[in-house]
Amino acid sequence: MAKTIRVNETPLVLYTLRRADDALILGHRLSEWCGHAPMMEEDMALANMALDLIGQARSLYTYAGEAEGEGRTEDDFAYWRDERGYRNLLLVEQQNGDFARTIMRQFLYANLADLYWRAMMKSEDETLAAIAAKSEKEMAYHVRHTAEWVIRLGDGTTESHARIAAALDELWPYTGELFEMDASEKALVDAGIAVDLGSLRDQWRANVKAVLDEATLTTPEDGWMQKGGRTGIHSEHLGHLLSEMQHVQHTIPGAVW
Amino acid sequence: MAGRESQPMPASFPPADTDALLAHARAVAATVSDPEIPVLSIDDLGVLRDLKIAEDGALEVFITPTYSGCPAMNMITLELELALEKAGFDRVKVTTVLSPAWTTDWMTEDGKRKLKEYGIAPPSEKRAGRGALFGADEVQCPRCGSVRTNRLAEFGSTSCKALWQCQDCREPFDYFKCH
Repeated sequence: MAKTIRVNETPLVLYTLRRADDALILGHRLSEWCGHAPMMEEDMALANMALDLIGQARSLYTYAGEAEGEGRTEDDFAYWRDERGYRNLLLVEQQNGDFARTIMRQFLYANLADLYWRAMMKSEDETLAAIAAKSEKEMAYHVRHTAEWVIRLGDGTTESHARIAAALDELWPYTGELFEMDASEKALVDAGIAVDLGSLRDQWRANVKAVLDEATLTTPEDGWMQKGGRTGIHSEHLGHLLSEMQHVQHTIPGAVW
Repeated sequence: MAGRESQPMPASFPPADTDALLAHARAVAATVSDPEIPVLSIDDLGVLRDLKIAEDGALEVFITPTYSGCPAMNMITLELELALEKAGFDRVKVTTVLSPAWTTDWMTEDGKRKLKEYGIAPPSEKRAGRGALFGADEVQCPRCGSVRTNRLAEFGSTSCKALWQCQDCREPFDYFKCH
């Protein structure tokens, strides 16, 4: 009977797992919309974006397994770690809420991921650089698609404006964590493997603000920020998500299609 | 490139030298088509990268995914193994490589023509740099050839396609996105 795994989190393994977890959890959240989106085209768009993210997660988990050297597969990481073992950003585990909230969450994340993966293409780590080269093109589409919606909703009706504005205010406190780096990540930056997230912050804010301006939305000031995801301290929502995502594997361990 | 009907068979199998063996294997591998766009072979798409004989004597085939989450990759791997086994290669290993990242620039001219005939607008002309992704201001209707077209949805029936519509013949059509 398979059991919850304890990962040997060397700096490279931890670094890779954090990005993999972001992609998997956000991909899973988006997949919850499948069959429920406000219209057919958007149902497909959300499912497509989910697929991009889950694909990125698969490559990253596979690499984390190689880097760890314990013979673990992508499925071991996805299905056999509990809430405290997950290293994703708090932003990506937040509930879908209404369509505006899902779009805003995706918009804030994609704007970082777009800059991040473009910078990671120059990583000294060949595998991460290769994953970056694929991911940056995908995230460029996520940025464009969600920006179009942010503008349409913000500069739309009184109702749509109120909803997207509320989503922005609710999610903004989760954006500080996007740029958080601990000592192990800083060492990887020095080694040329990781990207200094702090160096992306001004560009991220400028890109986000340009769209928010066009959407007649006010870019919030940075206040107190939520954090904890990178060390496994999560909001109450992640446990519920995992219990659903891991249910089949925990009921019938090792089940395959 | 060999189609399904014209799969070349060497006079004697297995061929004596490695080059001939690999050329034969490549021709067989190139008959595998994309399960989601059956008019395109994986060679037309640029998904088939390389073949070599591994140290243990197995035939190793290298493929690269189009999009990270492309569900067709598992199917392509299976079909490659089947096609090559049927052609006499008893030990086949399919390896996925991520670098260099796949781009629509690798699609062959023949592939683009086949796409258009199938009713899918091929990715627009190659342009250097990131602007290429969104440079497709002009997408030609694969049915009537008009360039008076507009995008209906950024994300279409598969990861690689967007949904467009022609203003002249009014037909909606798939556009293979630049990547």
